[in-house]
Amino acid sequence: MSDHAHEEHHIMPIKTYILVWVALLFLTGITIGASYVNMYKFTVFTAFFIATIKVTLVLLYFMHIRYEKPLYTWMIVAVLITYGIFIGLTYADYQFRW
Amino acid sequence: MASDAAVAHKQDYVNFFNTKKGIMSWVWTIDHKRIGIMYMCAITFFFLLAVCLGLLIRGELMVPNAMTDGKPFLDVFSPLFGGVTGGDLYNRVLTLHGIIMIFLFIIPSIPAIFGNFFLPIMIGADDVAFPKLNLLSWYCYVLGAIVAIISVAVGGIDTGWTFYAPYSANTSANLYLPLTAAFILGWSSILTGINFVVTIHRLRVKEMGWFEMPLFCWALYATSWIQVVATPVVGITLILLMMERFMGIGIFDPAKGGDPVLFQHMFWIYSHPAVYIMILPAMGVVSEIIPVFSRKTIFGYKFIAFSSIAIALIGSLVWAHHMFTAGMAYEARVLFSLLTFFVAVPSAIKVFNWIFTMFRGSIKMDPPMVFAVIFIILFSIGGFSGLVNGALATDVHIHDTSFVVGHFHYVMFGGTGVIFFGAMLYWFPKMFGRMYNKTIINISAIMFFVGFNTLYGGMKLMGLNGMPRRYADYVVEYAQIQKISTHGSWLMVAGIFLMFGTLFYSVFKGKKAPDNPWGGATLEWTVQTPPPLLNFDEQPENIRGAYDYPEVVAEGEPKETVGV
Repeated sequence: MSDHAHEEHHIMPIKTYILVWVALLFLTGITIGASYVNMYKFTVFTAFFIATIKVTLVLLYFMHIRYEKPLYTWMIVAVLITYGIFIGLTYADYQFRW
Repeated sequence: MASDAAVAHKQDYVNFFNTKKGIMSWVWTIDHKRIGIMYMCAITFFFLLAVCLGLLIRGELMVPNAMTDGKPFLDVFSPLFGGVTGGDLYNRVLTLHGIIMIFLFIIPSIPAIFGNFFLPIMIGADDVAFPKLNLLSWYCYVLGAIVAIISVAVGGIDTGWTFYAPYSANTSANLYLPLTAAFILGWSSILTGINFVVTIHRLRVKEMGWFEMPLFCWALYATSWIQVVATPVVGITLILLMMERFMGIGIFDPAKGGDPVLFQHMFWIYSHPAVYIMILPAMGVVSEIIPVFSRKTIFGYKFIAFSSIAIALIGSLVWAHHMFTAGMAYEARVLFSLLTFFVAVPSAIKVFNWIFTMFRGSIKMDPPMVFAVIFIILFSIGGFSGLVNGALATDVHIHDTSFVVGHFHYVMFGGTGVIFFGAMLYWFPKMFGRMYNKTIINISAIMFFVGFNTLYGGMKLMGLNGMPRRYADYVVEYAQIQKISTHGSWLMVAGIFLMFGTLFYSVFKGKKAPDNPWGGATLEWTVQTPPPLLNFDEQPENIRGAYDYPEVVAEGEPKETVGV
């Protein structure tokens, strides 16, 4: 690779990756389990909530956002906020429909 | 001609037309000006094609009960559409008119032609930030257009341009090709959007700050962001629709446990901001034209600039007002109706600022200005009828009537379409180095205006009386107003063809135009006509403000043709 003067990369121990992976598997299990419980209007919220945690873990650790410049963090936060607004407004319909 | 000799000494620079000759120099060009001209040819062709389709629709609606009486007018044209007749043919013509007008004409028209051609010049750049991407987006456009046309020839689509599920999930017509076409066209749109955002951020001349940019650039900036952010949503929606058809998943089909309203949500999350993709660049052009022909500085620069951004932001949050009768929750309907009213605020700011710019100016009713004024009138009529649509109570009454069709044509055709003409007339001398006959164009503008209001005003009236949209047949009570409306369409189309005929003639035979025929203050009027290959011989310096009219007016009246 080229010898660009990068800021020093954060090297994460394998252990962290494995822990995050286990956490993700665990949360997937919860999602599957939760789908068997009838929570009426909160079914989708629950799924969204768990998925959001998983996405956050992936972003922070697998995608290294935790160790990047704040600019990247804010770009992703902006996307999440935009996404949240669109989904939220759509749920103004679904949450009250029946 | 003597005028030719007079400009001969100015012709020794290399302009973008004569730098290279031959078809290959256009096929592989990465010059933003040539790409703009290529877009212009393609888009104008599709526009005129779809105008003819619109005429066919009006012809069908000329007499009541034509279908039930077994004498539909459109059957004359059935050999052109693979022998389909009757109501099926009407649905296809209607769909084709909508798809071409929306996806091939009105979305790309102003940004792709005039944005490409003039955005870099206006901010003092040599080209857009990614010239090759720019060419790629043109090819995406052409490819998408070809696929769209083939899709009609192969398996005529009859869903309307909105592809509403569950009908679109079940119709026997071949839907893969038109959906693919829309998908490819989306790519073209996104690529242009990214290109413009980066160009505006990175390629402005050093001394031009954000608030010294021409307002057209602000409008393009807001538009580009919507293109980048919203277009992927329609891509996802169309992919889901294809999966639904291929695999029968049941996302939208209630028979399989899906939700058809979900399709409408996802479709309108893109397609409502898309109407702002269509109108915002037009508003930007109006902000350019009005100060030039009023010989006055624009009124409220920052308010116009920020209202573009505000329209882009608020306009993205109002999509469900298309769905008030689709079975949404009551709470959601109230919320979206409320949000819709907010869009009126930045739109009105713009209209008031334009009128204040004209106030006490020395107005010159040259063709671009005539169309800008027509825009303000028609867009205001359309905007007010938009409030009727946006208010929940009245919308339930007029939903799916031809009132909505009238409203849409007032804001989109009377807005973006009119300014497509206006921008063409405004920048025509700069793009081709020729001037057109202003009297003929003004006559065509009057024909257009009268015909337009007869046609779409009639639609609004009959819509208020309950004429449903998209219907091929109607009861005899609407006969008279439908007939008047159709007559209006003839006058309007005659005006359009007169104008394009004049322009086409002028490209080759018009009188030579000088560098600055209108006396504009923005940068594109400082370069030679037609512009040199790299836009500026040297980096522009000591540029004046984009709306610095006291200074421009002090330099004396502009000459409109060379050597006359």
